[in-house]
Amino acid sequence: MLQDKDRIFTNLYGLDGCTLADAQRRGDWSGTKDLIGKGKDWIISEMKESGLRGRGGAGFPTGLKWSFMPKESDGRPHYLVVNADESEPGTCKDREIMRHDPQKLIEGCLIAAFAMGANAGYIYIRGEFIREREALQAAIDEAYAAGLLGKNAADSGWDFELYVHHGAGAYICGEETALLESLEGKKGMPRLKPPFPANAGLYGAPTTVNNVESIAVAPTILRRGASWFSGLGRPNNAGTKLFSISGHVNNPCNVEEEMGIPLRELIDKHCGGVRGGWDNLLAVIPGGSSVPMLPKSVCDTILMDFDSLKEVGSGLGTAAVIVMDKSTDIIKAIARLSAFYKHESCGQCTPCREGTGWMWRVMERLAKGEAEVEEIDMLLDVTKRIEGHTICALGDAAAWPVQGLIKHFRPVIEERIAAQKAGRLIQVAAE
Amino acid sequence: MPKVTVDGIEVEVDASATVLQACELAGAEIPRFCYHERLSIAGNCRMCLVEVERAPKPVASCAQPVTDGMVVHTKTEKVKRAREGVMEFLLINHPLDCPICDQGGECDLQDQAMGYGIDNNRYVENKRAVEDKDMGPLIATTMTRCIHCTRCVRFITEVSGVAELGATGRGEDMEITTYLEKALTSELQGNVIDLCPVGALTSKPYAFTARPWELKKTETIDVMDAMGSNIRVDSRGREVMRVLPRVNEAINEEWISDKTRFIWDGLKTQRLDRPYVREDGKLRVATWDEAFAKIAEKVASTTPDKMAAIAGDLADVESMKALKDLMVSLGVTNLDCRQDGAKIGTGGRGSYIFNSGIEAIEESDALLVIGSNPRLEAPVLNARIRKQWTKGGFPIGVVGEDTDLTYPTDYLGAGTDTLKQIIDGSHPFARVMEVAENPMIIVGQGALTREDGEAVLTAIIAYAKSTGVIKDGWNGFNVLHTAAARVGGLDLGFLPGEEGRDTQAILDGAAAGAIDLVFLLGADEIETKSLGNAFVVYQGTHGDAGAHCADVILPGAAYTEKSGLYVNTEGRVQMAKRAAFPPGDAREDWAILRALSAKLGKALPYDSLRDLRAALYEDVPHFATLDDLTPVEVPQGSATGAMSATPFTNAIKDFYMTNPIARASKVMADCAALAKGTDKGATGTHG
Repeated sequence: MLQDKDRIFTNLYGLDGCTLADAQRRGDWSGTKDLIGKGKDWIISEMKESGLRGRGGAGFPTGLKWSFMPKESDGRPHYLVVNADESEPGTCKDREIMRHDPQKLIEGCLIAAFAMGANAGYIYIRGEFIREREALQAAIDEAYAAGLLGKNAADSGWDFELYVHHGAGAYICGEETALLESLEGKKGMPRLKPPFPANAGLYGAPTTVNNVESIAVAPTILRRGASWFSGLGRPNNAGTKLFSISGHVNNPCNVEEEMGIPLRELIDKHCGGVRGGWDNLLAVIPGGSSVPMLPKSVCDTILMDFDSLKEVGSGLGTAAVIVMDKSTDIIKAIARLSAFYKHESCGQCTPCREGTGWMWRVMERLAKGEAEVEEIDMLLDVTKRIEGHTICALGDAAAWPVQGLIKHFRPVIEERIAAQKAGRLIQVAAE
Repeated sequence: MPKVTVDGIEVEVDASATVLQACELAGAEIPRFCYHERLSIAGNCRMCLVEVERAPKPVASCAQPVTDGMVVHTKTEKVKRAREGVMEFLLINHPLDCPICDQGGECDLQDQAMGYGIDNNRYVENKRAVEDKDMGPLIATTMTRCIHCTRCVRFITEVSGVAELGATGRGEDMEITTYLEKALTSELQGNVIDLCPVGALTSKPYAFTARPWELKKTETIDVMDAMGSNIRVDSRGREVMRVLPRVNEAINEEWISDKTRFIWDGLKTQRLDRPYVREDGKLRVATWDEAFAKIAEKVASTTPDKMAAIAGDLADVESMKALKDLMVSLGVTNLDCRQDGAKIGTGGRGSYIFNSGIEAIEESDALLVIGSNPRLEAPVLNARIRKQWTKGGFPIGVVGEDTDLTYPTDYLGAGTDTLKQIIDGSHPFARVMEVAENPMIIVGQGALTREDGEAVLTAIIAYAKSTGVIKDGWNGFNVLHTAAARVGGLDLGFLPGEEGRDTQAILDGAAAGAIDLVFLLGADEIETKSLGNAFVVYQGTHGDAGAHCADVILPGAAYTEKSGLYVNTEGRVQMAKRAAFPPGDAREDWAILRALSAKLGKALPYDSLRDLRAALYEDVPHFATLDDLTPVEVPQGSATGAMSATPFTNAIKDFYMTNPIARASKVMADCAALAKGTDKGATGTHG
């Protein structure tokens, strides 16, 4: 279990005041000038050595990502873009950072922007986050007033302007290239890659898009040293991580924990256990709605990090743990996710545009048992035809929950169909 | 150059090529919907997925750049499954209404479903229905059929340059629409009909009239503007059913303007299908012999200096040749092919053609437009200018009217004052032209049809020579014509002979009684009121201005009804072919003139089109060079007069109404009303 001295987000719950003065008392903005004084190369190599992997879901090494930016500008400006479009169902960690610990993010922006040669940064914040945007804007205003942003930011000699851009509430705008399109004022649709944003991103200029948490932890990592961060967690899965645990636990919460913590420990220690006890557990979606679920048998022993979850055919994603106990209608739950992806597909690629609607319609019928047993395999085949055939990962994200359901709960679906055929389903349908 | 292996065949491709291009080079067929070589890459249909070794997922070949040593497979089971999957997804919400769909028989979706689809349907849910959109009088929509390839959106935004089409909604609710369902305003919008791979956007005027396999396809040349766009005329029996573009990289790429595409209903209405003679002030149907006899009678009683001939904008070279030969044999010198009165044709061929060629716009790095609105005078050429502009580094200055050309321009001024400043170097844009490697000038008829047209032309030519527009290896001095017949007429020398009158002088003479007989070869754009009491012979196709004032009408053939030569604004000679026969008693124009010449006792020395052309080639050798540009001498200015300060006004006011065929077309009338804002449109309670 993570010790308090190793906690990065010391005001995650907003109990200690959210102003700049409060943040500075907690250590933010201390020695920022000196960190920047050590140079771009030092910052990037520290970030690489820390082993920090992107906290937005894909887990791409953050330091490596920063190093992809051109060392010298070819005349085009460089941009830092922060992805605060936190929309993955189950995920609510960035929101707490912006509400209660915004100075960590702002300081991180300055350092990251300096490391990649950017004089302008944009924080693209989710459309539904009204209060969060206000809190963040207030924090930025405070930082400007204190000389921490703008010309010669924090007395570092680096000019840095930071803007908050409010999205309009489309899930797809959390995909980094769709986010850039949206930021440019266009319809939020993912771009083709290559070119990657580091070569041609915002307005065709070199751009790095990072998750809020990835940026917010950077100053602390640099202050405390790469070896401190890499010493936490497991090899290749270093550091601490914010977990958002929701669903059928006694005490749903956000909590910062060490990477690689056993799922059971996470739930039992921080959330007061599964509703009705561990044995009442049905399944867990370990990383936000788009990763395949884990049945209880796997949950018993699984460690919460990128590699462990990948081994069992799921993923850490955003570390949004959705817990479902045995009272859950698992088919209905996944059907709801299918409805979400059908609603949020941008409509660009054929497989996702047409396939998400198809999956949702079949899932709705499966939830009522109004289907044939053969349709389970057909549905699985449809998910396979979406997965990997689209521009962005939304197609995959829509396919995986259904695949996870069929993989682990096929007997439940078959039983539902049989019950419907036999007229035994009145009880469930009425629920 | 990277080497790529496609299905075991190694090909060497350009480093900027995509995997799809490499596959095509290797002979592998890649199905596609959204990809179009003249539009930006969208990569959204996912039909072109191929397998690339070491890539974890199938790769969209249209969007993937090649790398050296890449190994591509297009015939594996994985690729086949991916294509089947995409095809299935496309079809689940596509209505099975092929039997009533106008795209049937030339539908990409139909063809590719046969080639790459599966034979059964696993989708049992309800299909999506989408409300149709009103996009104006040209494009019919059945949006339920849309597969969201966005080709239409990309064409309208990128090529035509008016951002009027877009997508609203998300996911399966995404719909292609114009903003608030306003009609499109582009003059190139008809091209989205060709681009649409399914039957979502089809031709409204052509709707439900024919199937592609019933049509006879004739590859010919358009005459609606002076570009000489290459077209294919589809006809059934005697009727022209539709007009489509043909690819010609040098001229129209693969686009045509809406006037070119939708003009065909004008070929069926207001046609002159029998000879007429005027008796007691009224026109009556006559036989050819009666008509000819009446003309012969008048010619016999008129001296040559009181006779004149004007050739119109749609005349083919052969008929102008026959008319010129006939007039010359009668001793007539009052000839003119410049209905609009442009002061051109005297300074050598280089002074009146588009010297650089249309394709060379893409080599140019600065452009000065003088007295022209290329968007209306030659919309496809305008698209080429826009194409060059989108590449960047192409400043465009405009002298004349300030209009929206679909790309941003530097508006320099209205008339010759600005022109003088540019010429003497005091205008900032002069510097732009000076430093450019390949500067280009486009002179429109708006600058040349004025009284001082010759002086303006001379001044521009002198400037062109001094600023590097005309130099060794580059001639960017370009005259943009508006009439398909003009360059041919000028090449032929259909101009006033010694002491001959030009168009204005002929009209003045007729009004004053100095001209007694005027022969109009399809000339309708003149002030026919001025013809006064002169005896008018009108040979043409439509009951338009010229026919109304005629004493004898000889029914001729339209451009789709005869074989004829046309010379486009570049000086490129192209041959139009006959797609259908002229209606009723109407005949090919050269043959009418040949018959008339015999009645006048001046029989022309050719009995067939072949003989006529032989004589033509002897007179003007470059007519024998078809489809290519012939080298031209450097232009010479000839005038010494001063330029007046009157602002330039553009030649075309109403794009949809520029010739007798267009004025007979209901579709063009609808478009014109819409463009002027006089169209009331649907009221919601209409019908």
